[in-house]
Formats: sequence, structure tokens, C-alpha cells
Amino acid sequence: MSDSIAEIRQDALAALQNVSEQEALSDWRSRYLGRRGAVGALFSGIGGLPPEERASFGQRVNALRQELSQAFDERESLIQSQLLARDLEEGEIDISLPAYPRRGGGLHPSTRTHREFQTIWADMGFQVYQSRDVEEDEFNFTLLNLPPHHPARDMQDTFYTKDPRVLLRTHTSPGQIRAMRELGDGGTKPIRVILPGMCYRQEQVTARSEIQFTQVEGLAIGRNIRMSDLKGAIAEFAKRMYSPDAKVRYRASYFPFTEPSMEVDVECFLCGGKGCRVCKYTGWLEIAGSGMVHPDVLRNGGYDPSVWSGFAFGMGPERITMLKHGIQDIRYFWGNDLRFLQQF
Amino acid sequence: MLVPVSWLKDFVDIDAPVELLAERLTVAGLEVAHLKYIGVPQDSAPGVRMPRSDHLVWDREKLLLARIVEVKAHPNADRLVLALVDYGGERLEQCVTGATNLFRYKDAGPINPPIWSAFAMEGAEVWDGRSDKPKRMTLKGKELRGVYNKSMVCSEKELGISDEHEGVIVMEHEARYVAGAPLADVLGDVVLDIEFTPNLARCFSMIGVAREVAAILGVEMKYPSFDFVAEGDPIEDQVKIDIREPELNPRFTLALLRDTRVKASPFWLQRRLKLVGQRPRNNIVDVTNYLTFELGQPMHAFDYDKLVERAGGIPTIITRLPQAGEQLETLDDVLRDLGPETILVADTAGALSLGGVIGGGDSEISAATRNVLLEAAAWNNISIRKTIREQRVHTEASTRFSRGVHPSQSILGCQRGIELMRQLGGGAVAQSLLDAYPAPPQSPTVELSVERINRLLGMEVTIQQAAQVLRRLEFEVAIAGDIIRATAPDHRLDISADPVAGQHDLLEEIARIIGYDQIPDTIMADEMPPQRENAAVLIEERIRDILVAQGLYEVINYRFTSPQSEALLTPAGMESSLPAADYVEIANPAASERNALRHTLMINMLENAANNARYQQTQQVFEIGKVYLGGDELLPEEPLRLGIFLTGARNGAWWGGGSAEEMDFFDMKGVVERLLQALHIGNFALERGTHSSYHPGRSADLLVSGERIGSFGEIHPQVAARFKLAEAKALYGEFAVEPLIRRHQRLHAIEALPTTPAVLEDIALVVNADTPASEVEAVIRQAGGRLLKEAQLFDVYAGDQIPPGKKSLAYALTYQDESRTLTDKNAAKIRKKIIGAARHRLKAELRS
Repeated sequence: MSDSIAEIRQDALAALQNVSEQEALSDWRSRYLGRRGAVGALFSGIGGLPPEERASFGQRVNALRQELSQAFDERESLIQSQLLARDLEEGEIDISLPAYPRRGGGLHPSTRTHREFQTIWADMGFQVYQSRDVEEDEFNFTLLNLPPHHPARDMQDTFYTKDPRVLLRTHTSPGQIRAMRELGDGGTKPIRVILPGMCYRQEQVTARSEIQFTQVEGLAIGRNIRMSDLKGAIAEFAKRMYSPDAKVRYRASYFPFTEPSMEVDVECFLCGGKGCRVCKYTGWLEIAGSGMVHPDVLRNGGYDPSVWSGFAFGMGPERITMLKHGIQDIRYFWGNDLRFLQQF
Repeated sequence: MLVPVSWLKDFVDIDAPVELLAERLTVAGLEVAHLKYIGVPQDSAPGVRMPRSDHLVWDREKLLLARIVEVKAHPNADRLVLALVDYGGERLEQCVTGATNLFRYKDAGPINPPIWSAFAMEGAEVWDGRSDKPKRMTLKGKELRGVYNKSMVCSEKELGISDEHEGVIVMEHEARYVAGAPLADVLGDVVLDIEFTPNLARCFSMIGVAREVAAILGVEMKYPSFDFVAEGDPIEDQVKIDIREPELNPRFTLALLRDTRVKASPFWLQRRLKLVGQRPRNNIVDVTNYLTFELGQPMHAFDYDKLVERAGGIPTIITRLPQAGEQLETLDDVLRDLGPETILVADTAGALSLGGVIGGGDSEISAATRNVLLEAAAWNNISIRKTIREQRVHTEASTRFSRGVHPSQSILGCQRGIELMRQLGGGAVAQSLLDAYPAPPQSPTVELSVERINRLLGMEVTIQQAAQVLRRLEFEVAIAGDIIRATAPDHRLDISADPVAGQHDLLEEIARIIGYDQIPDTIMADEMPPQRENAAVLIEERIRDILVAQGLYEVINYRFTSPQSEALLTPAGMESSLPAADYVEIANPAASERNALRHTLMINMLENAANNARYQQTQQVFEIGKVYLGGDELLPEEPLRLGIFLTGARNGAWWGGGSAEEMDFFDMKGVVERLLQALHIGNFALERGTHSSYHPGRSADLLVSGERIGSFGEIHPQVAARFKLAEAKALYGEFAVEPLIRRHQRLHAIEALPTTPAVLEDIALVVNADTPASEVEAVIRQAGGRLLKEAQLFDVYAGDQIPPGKKSLAYALTYQDESRTLTDKNAAKIRKKIIGAARHRLKAELRS
């Protein structure tokens, strides 16, 4: 009987070496380890042995069964890993084929810039106040210290409606008066708002000028608003909008509704201030008109200008968007060519 | 305005590089837009960047001041002469030249009085005078018709001064001229092109700019002499002034010069006029123009004898408003009808000129003029602005008067002008001036405390510093304690008499002269107003995000359109469903198709779609923007609308298969429902569309909480065809945004995730073909009750397998009870209820 153990062991292990398919492996298992298999037959033969040999024979058959089971497991895992390797190899695809066209959407670039503005100014306590597009001449000009025939009215070519008292706002500044009157509570409350919106000017439409454009106006009114606060706020804006080390230059200027007035330039972020075509080789880009709110305007908003002061600024998001994305033609903005919009 | 630095230096010493000066002027509010270099090299200043100039730099060794000693005939050519030139060398140099302005000296012996010109030696670089395009050349020796020549006398064009190439530069003798001096020291210059904002009316002259330069650099102003030699008969007996409208003409000053000669102006005067862009005419007219630029006081010269002739005796100058129907032919040969508000200079015979704007032809200076009456006046700037607008005429005078010239200046103009005329043309000036000044303005005095300066600027300024700045700007300043009392100088009209506004005027002067860069950057220390975010804006932005997430692109259109364009949105013969409001019509439209503000976003969005259709078959876009509805109020309503446009393929074509299906009504419906869902607006309903711009059978009206807020669907085929959008289904929807903002649920409760399994089953109901699916679903949901979680339509069938006039709707149903596991028995009970209700209420049959 001992011979048969060795024989079966040798046959079984030899046969296992030739097994390479899952099916043949199952056959092998039933042949040797199955209930009616060779090892099973050895167990069945235990009963016919003399009692003193039974125990040791039984141990050796058990050892054989364990050895074959282990060999089986090893063989099975080998075959499976070979199978997996084959499947993976056969499963290769041409990854250079075109993707399925997922459809995206996108915000208008102007909206994107406006959101940036709103976020930055909101962090400095400026909330959005929305004003109207069709305005009274009085709000657009007169209450902003631009009475009829004021020379500065020439700076803005105005779209008038059939009613000469009514026009399309040429700037967001008339919203200053509306905000002061609505939020100021008779000139008793401080205000910090930005006023974004569409403005209109009767100009020749070219690559550089449009008949409608957006502006963002800012207004801060308080008992102790200083010109240095205006500078600080704009410098902070420039740092966030352009770059953390953006340099800013302030030039004296003139707006009838602010005094002192100043234009704000930021160092050209395209050439780092060295001078390029975009900054017309000056190293500076104009980003805002600003100043301390003129006493007449404060009065028109309901405030006593000997007690209250304020600053205001106006910025052109389209210009900033054009600079940031290298847009050469302002007509792209309201042209709504999808080939343009899909690039954002 | 063009400002030659050489002219500026008459009134102020400038040591700084011109580039630094330009930067200082720019930051102080006088924006230098451009620098034009003449002969001198571009300099640099730290921190100042300028565009590189490609002008000709005059070689200091080879381009020299030289005296033309004599001109001789060329032995072989009639159209050339030989100029003998003293350029400071050992011998005279002989230059062959074709300059016609030297021919008069030909073979006339030594020239006396001496004349001077610009001399270029061999090897000097100049512009090629004969080239149409700018082209540099270097002088080389060569034979010119048999005479060797290696140098030349130059025209202005050859030096880059102007385009003048008719003759060479010929300058009258001046004591300071030395033969051989570098030309750059004599004619070299930099011309600043300065743009003035309206508040800088006082700067519209060399003296005006010089005052700013003096204040900025902290140096003294050097005023010219206003003395004049007057030896003639007193002016009072020779002319009278009658001002009828002192409001419009606060001052009128006259000077009289007799027995003068009208001729060409000397080189220095012509050169200065040319540098500022003026064409020289004759010594009299040139002086009036010269003072316009030097002092900022426009002047006018009359031929006195013509006035005497018109008056038939001693003339009276009258300033008045026109009579009805009055006309005047001005110097530009235009016969003008005069409006009732045009202030005129006239005499007893009629109008002479448009006051402060342009002269009349009748009394102008001619070569024969001997006696000159010089006018300097002050005019109301608003009145001048009206005249400019009405007459559409712009002159150097009107530019200045329309911005405001202080009346104090007119007498200075007369004094300096008449003296210059006398010096240039000879003659005798009548004793004293005739000066009518009925309305002298008060110079405002402003009080400003140092505390207020510091509080408003946020900068520590001492009272002495502030006073010094104002004094440098020629304010009269008194200090009392910590209060400055400053009286505006008599050339400024921009200082307000209002106490607070006047303070701001001074603050601006103090800040800009000290320099805005000296003000620190601070963080606002003032009380922060309560922070209330603008909910409407937030929800509007949320709507944008929801639509973008669905693959839509945002467009922003012109708000302009025309009523004619919007009429295209309604099919022929139908009543329009667009707002019936009045249009906001533009009085001065940019184009006739943009003569009003839109009533709907549809018009521009369909026009966009037509444009984009040339490149893209599939379009998914939206716009949020205002429409403008006019009514009884002065201002229109400006409600916000949401427009959505879809067309083209639902899915993209792909190599991996799948057909490109065309988007239809249900795609638009999906976008709308997804929007409402994301805004947590549950209470909405659709009704069959009633809007005339849509296909009547393929459109719907949207009701939110019973309020009709818009329509959507397929664009009416007739409308689509008008916009060339008939190829594919054009889907559009437009909705009022305000109700979406109002109905949007800020807070909404979520459903807990179920812990019990769901039972899924399908059910197909055969109903009448005209039964709306929404009704079937409603019956199912009602019958299914609490335990029916989901009823999703997955198939609609009509055909052979069911009776005609019927359709089959198949739903996937989900039953679930959060508190227990449903058994098959429970599920069968619900199913039975649903089928029963469908039978009873819809006459539906279960499809086997």
C-alpha cells in the first residue's frame, strides 16, 4: 500500500504539471482529490489494513491529500493569473481614438469678470446695488454736478430717448445718487456698495469702442472716509485682480462728481512694466477713474458734506477681460459667436 | 495742445529731463499723451518709461548753425545756386542748392542784414528731402552739374522739423547766433502733446502750463512784459464800445495801432506757430494766434479803416444778440444763419464776428491794412458752447472760450499783443486801451482747516506745506491758527465759492501738487455698514450656474433693437403676444435697426442663432437680461428676463455609434424642469402654449404657483423661416426672472434615505390617444398614494398591437414603505388600486 501512495503522488504531481486549463484542473481534482478519486480510494482501503498499520497509513494518506491540495491551489492561482494576463492583453484599446464629445456650457466672459469683481469687493464690505439703465438726465448728469452745457458733458456721447429728460445711462454713476437716497436713510447711514451694470454711449462701433459696455461703480460713504482709504482699497483690488505684487500709479484727473479725482494705473502685467504694445510702451494700464465724492453729489444724495465724506470709483470689466485673455476686438463681447464663447 | 519745451522755457526754468517733466505733469493731471523730439536725443529718467522715438538726432558736430554769406549763380544750371556758408570753419563752404528761397540773393553780393540757416557737413545724417516716405541718408561728396559738393543747407523736412521742402531754413539775424554752434542748441526741441480735462481751462496756453510746471517743480514763474509803447492819439476819440449783454460778454478791451505794415512774420514767430500746429499768415494775424497760445487769451484784429468806412466815422463796437433773420459770412466763407442766443461783435452797420468763435470776412486784415484795431474780450463759456453746437464751428478761440477764459486776461492780451504788433510791423499805438468791464467776477476765498485736510486726505500735511502749495499756484494765502484762507488767483474760474466745494477744490490742488503717491494706502477705519447680501443677485447667478451645468452657454446681447425687427417675431395675421408696452425709442440711434430698446430677449437671440448657424448646427444658449417696457411713468420698467435657445443634435455624433437625434420640445422642457427643480420650485404647471411666436401645438406656458411667468417651445415655423432657422427645430423659451427669485426656496427639507427595500414593477396602460401623459401620471400617483415613490414613463406606443385611436403608456413603478418591507401581497394591492383608478377615470386598459 505504501507503494501506491508514492505512485499516486508521483502520477498526480506529474499530471498537474501538464494542466493549463481551468477545466482540466477540475478533472484533475476529481481524479485525485474527489470523493471517488485516487486519494479517496486510499482512505477507503484503510479498513482492510491490519489495525496496527492503520494509524500510520492514515497519516501518510492525509499528508498526501494536503500536499496535492496545496499543489492544486498553487496551480489554480497560476492558471488564473495567466488567464487574467491574457484577458488584459486582449482587452487593449486604441486610446488615441477620439473621445465622446461631452457637452460643456459656460458663462459669458463678462459675467466671469463681474463675479471676480463682486467677490473681491464683497470681501471689503461692498455689496451689490443694482440701478436702472434708462435714466433721467437729472440723475445721469445734473445731480452728479454736470448741469446742462457743462463742458464735461462733451466727454460722453449720450443716447437720448424721444423724451429729452430721459437717456440711456452713460456710466453707472447715477446709481450713486439712487443708492445714497435709498440706503442712506436721509444721510444718516454709512454705505458701501458696488454698482455693476450696462452703460451706453453713442460712439462709432470699432474694435476698441462699443455702444454698450459694462461698468462697475464703487461707493463708500461714511463720517471718516479718507482719500488714503480709496488708495488702500484700490491697491487691494489690484493685488487680487492682477497679481499680489501689482504696482499701482495714481494720476490727478477730473470727474465732475469727485474731487479730488484720480485715474488709477496698474503696472502692465503683460510685460511686467517693461513696455509693450498693449500698454503703448508706457508700462502702465489704466484701470479705474476715482476720487472723493464731490460735496454737491453728497448733498444730492442727502448727506451733509461737512460731516460725511466718501469715495467712488468706476472700472471697465471688458477692458480687464480683454487684457487677461488677449482679446483684440471688443465687438466679440456682444457678438455672441459661440466659437468665442466656447473658449471660456 | 502742443507745447514746445523751448517756448515753455520762456516762462519757467526747467532743469529736469523732459521725460521726467512729462511724467510729473501726467501724474499732476496734465496728461502728456506724446512727446515729439526735434533733433535732440531722447533722454531717460528713473522709473519713467516712454515709447522709443525714431526721430533724427542731430549730430552736434556735423549739423551746425551757419550764416549764408552770399549766393552765387551755378555755372551750369539755372535751377541751382551756390550758397557760400560760414559755419565757423576756417574757410567759407560752398553748397550747391536748389532752394528757391535763396534765388533772390543770387549774385547780389554779400547778404545784409545777415541770414542764418542749418548747415549739414559731409557725413551728417538727414532725412531725404525728395523721398515721399521717411528715409534717412548720409551726406556724401559728389558732383552736381559739374560742381563738387559735399555739404548742404537744409530744409525743415531734411531735419525732421516739418514737411516743408520748398526752400531751406532762412532765419533772421539774432544777436545770440554764433556760426558753427550745434544746430540742436538753436532749433532742437521737444514738443509735449498735452490733453486737458475740462477743469484745466486755465492751462490752455504756454503760460498756463508753465504755471503748473513752476508749482510742480517748485520754481519761479517768469512772466513776460506787458508794457507797451503808446505814442499815438488817445484811443477814446477813435472808437467806442457798447456791451449790451454783460452776462454773455463781461469784458471787452481794444487797442489801436496806426501806420503799421502787414508782412510775413519773422522766423522765430512762424516757427513757434508751426510747432503748435498753426499756419503763419502775416505779422498781425500771427500775433493774435501767438497770444492765444502764449497767454490763452484769444484775440481778434480788425482793419480799423474798414470799420471807419462802415460807420462813416468813428466806429462803435457793439456786442449784442442777433436780430431775427440776421446772417454773417465768417472767415471760413460760410454764410451763417444766427440763432437767437449767438453773441455777436457788431458795429452800427451790422455783425462783424461771432464773439469768441470766429471773425467775419468783411473787416479782416489784408496786405493793404495800415491801421489795426485789436480786440481781446471775455465771453460766457456756456453761451460759446451753444454757438459751437449750433454753428458746428471749432476754432482755437472757441476751444478756449468754451472752457472758460478769465476776464482778467483780456487786458493783458491787448497790452502784449499791441506791443508785439508794433515791434513787428512798426507804427504808433494809441494811448491807453479802451476797456469795458461791466461784470468783473469775484475771486472766491476759501477757508480750510488743517484738520480737515488731514481727515479727508488721510495724510499728515502741515499748514505751512499746504499754504506753500497754494502760494506756488498763485493763491493769496493767509493763515489764522490752523485755518488757511486762500483767495483764488485771477486766472482761475474753477475754484468754487461754495464753502465745502471750495475746500475740495483746494484739497485737490494740495494733494496733486504734493503728489498722490505721498498719500498712504490705508484700510477703511470707518464704521462698516451692515452686510446684507443681495439675494436677487445671488439667485440670478445661481440660475446661470444651473443652466451652464446643463451645457448651455451664456450670451449677452445688445439691448437695442427696432420695433420693426421685433414685429418679425409674430406670424403674419396673428396678434402679437409680445409685451404691449411702449418702446423706449432712441432719438439719436447708432443705426436704424437699433433705434429702440428691446421688449423681449427673443429678437436678439434668434439673430444670434442665425449668425451662429453658419458655423454650428447645435446651439444651446441662454441670456439673462433686462427688457424695457415703457408706460405712463417717465422711466420704463426694466424687468429681468431669462431666454433659452436650443437647436441641433441632442447627442453628439461619435465614431463609437449612436445616432445624432434632433432636440425637440422635450429637451427645452427638460432644461426648464431641471431649472425649477434646482431652484426648489415645486409648485409649477404647464398649460398648452398661447404665445403667438411659437408652434401652437408644440409649446407650453409655464405657471409657477399659478402665476404665468413665460412660455417655451418650438418657434413658429413662419417665424423660424424669417431667421433662417427652419432647417432644424428652433426651440426657445423666455421667462420672467423676478418670480423665480421670489419663489425660489431658500430652505428645503431633504428626504431621509430609506432603510427598507423597494419593489419595482412595470405597468402599461392603454388610453385614448388624446389623453395627456400628465393626466395619466397624475391618476397613477394619486392612486398609488404614499407608497408609490416613483412612476417613470419609459415607453409610448401606438400601432398595430393596440386598437386604433389608442396609445400605450408604460411606466416603471417603485413602491416603498420606509417603516417596513413590502411583501408581494402589499405590492399587488397598490397595483390593483392603480389599475382600478386608471380604468375608472381614464377608461384605461391594462396592456397584456
